[in-house]
Amino acid sequence: MKLKKKKKPLQYITNDDRLSYRYKGNTLYLSGNLKLVESGLLARNVLKKLSALKPSALFLNLDQLEDIDSSGVMALYFVKGKLAEKGTHVEIEGGSEIIREKLELFGYENVEKVSVPPRRNYLEQLGGHVHHFFSSYVYGFLVLAANVFYWSFADLFRRKTRREGEVVNQAVLIGVNAVLIVLFMSFVIGLVLAMHSSGQLQVFGANIFIVDLTVLAVMSQMGPLITAILVAGRSGSAIAAEIATMKVTAELDALKTMGLDPIRFVVVPKLYAALITMPFLIIVANVFGIFGGGLAGYIYLDITPEVFINRMGEVMQNKDLLTGFVKSQVYASIIVLTGSFYGFRVERGAEGVGKVTTIAVVVSISLVILADSILGLIFY
Amino acid sequence: MEPQKVVEVKGLTASFDEKEILKDVSFSAKKGEVTVILGGSGSGKTTVLRHLLGLIPLTQGHIEVLGKDISNLTEDEQLSLYLQLGVFYQNGALLNSLTVGENVGLPLNQHSKIPKPLVEEIVTMKLGLVNLEYAYHMFPSQLSGGMLKRAALARAIAMDPPLLFCDEPGAGLDPISLESLDNLILNLKNLLGMSVLMVTHEVSSIMRVADHIVYLDEGKVVFEGTVENAMKSDEPSVKAFFSVFRNQQK
Repeated sequence: MKLKKKKKPLQYITNDDRLSYRYKGNTLYLSGNLKLVESGLLARNVLKKLSALKPSALFLNLDQLEDIDSSGVMALYFVKGKLAEKGTHVEIEGGSEIIREKLELFGYENVEKVSVPPRRNYLEQLGGHVHHFFSSYVYGFLVLAANVFYWSFADLFRRKTRREGEVVNQAVLIGVNAVLIVLFMSFVIGLVLAMHSSGQLQVFGANIFIVDLTVLAVMSQMGPLITAILVAGRSGSAIAAEIATMKVTAELDALKTMGLDPIRFVVVPKLYAALITMPFLIIVANVFGIFGGGLAGYIYLDITPEVFINRMGEVMQNKDLLTGFVKSQVYASIIVLTGSFYGFRVERGAEGVGKVTTIAVVVSISLVILADSILGLIFY
Repeated sequence: MEPQKVVEVKGLTASFDEKEILKDVSFSAKKGEVTVILGGSGSGKTTVLRHLLGLIPLTQGHIEVLGKDISNLTEDEQLSLYLQLGVFYQNGALLNSLTVGENVGLPLNQHSKIPKPLVEEIVTMKLGLVNLEYAYHMFPSQLSGGMLKRAALARAIAMDPPLLFCDEPGAGLDPISLESLDNLILNLKNLLGMSVLMVTHEVSSIMRVADHIVYLDEGKVVFEGTVENAMKSDEPSVKAFFSVFRNQQK
């Protein structure tokens, strides 16, 4: 519908630097260029001034407009829409042939915006999160664990299904390469633990109990726990990142389409490697943790190495060795399963890889500490 | 009057690991034209494009983009040049942490003072141009390969740049999407006077949009001219390329 122009008293709006416009009657004459920079000007300043005038009808005349780009076109329709909301009927008129073509190409005034889905209320969200946690995380983890343990048992004697040398390769990555850090950290923690305890023991004249304290603390708790935390940080993250990257780059799909199960091909060798190397890492941690404690005992309490070793023989029990071995197997399984689980869950490309790697480390360390508490209660 | 040159390359030579990838490459692209860089795999097309964008430092030769010598730009000049370029990467290169709408609106929000509601409308319009309005709130990981490409084009033209670089825009697109993409490029060229420099293998696309062809073979320019002349060229690699197209037509 064409509007009939009404004669109104002349009203002028001062020109801004980059866009010239003149308001006469009920028509806004635009001249100059209406491009990216001027679009902001039109959508802010000019719209504000026009809104203040509150015309019942308005023509946007483009006869004197030299050039316009897509932002300019959208700015015109933006002004038109905003004024229409306030009851002003707006029509865009005039303009050269090329400007009309641009209006037609870029004029998306009737495009419906895709709205963001409505947010659920807090209770619904909480319910959704709990349901998602159990159905997706707990169930998914259990299914993965079942798959991994099934195939690790089933493939134990079927070497054909594994890449040659892969278990050894993974054992080097997970175990051998971690020896130095485990050794150093255990030594330092053993040393510091004994050092801090020595003062208290000296007060009660119970110097010799530094051996009991060190051996029990290191063998039953500190050794396995420190090792597990270090391996989770080193190898858990590496496992999650490797599997996530493989998923993002469609390597896992390629394996599937080649008839290779990613769990058997990628995860099972890592589990074997972790199960084999973790007990040795824990032994290393125990030996160097006790060595650190022994050194502190020698320095602060004058406990000689002979006395320390003799007392150690009395304190140490076979149960501690068994506890350490059981813990090593549980922690190794937790680290490999958690890393793999989050690796398989990756979404959104490269960004997702970093995200799942971080979560995998945090969750595996938390699960290791939780498992340590449970095993501690069992073996107490 | 001869149209202004938007890109001028003279004597560009580049080596990687002692292997010469580009050998004395010289060509130019004119304002308001679609220039297509053609050539077989490994002929150095993408390396030329990366040099033009300043992503690979220039070691030998001279490159001017929109009249500016890219080897002597200050940081501010480089930024100002980048603001006048639209780049459409082969794999889309959308930021995965942002929605499609946020990706397209990113340059507008960062480099203009346009109010946010208008930016949203511009983004919707740009996505509409590539038939992707519905993907406004979706993340790149939720899009197919073809959709990613279209979203990437919407981002490349967000600022209506005077010069648009496209790296293999048609690869992976179905013929209908490819034709509509070509039509969009033609519209941008005709209505906004946008100059386009494109690396592509799609012969149908070349026939539709190209004004000027630069053919690279083993790092050297073996042909430069119009599509008509390219089809008549006696240069063996160019002849072989277009004979494949003629055979397809038969």
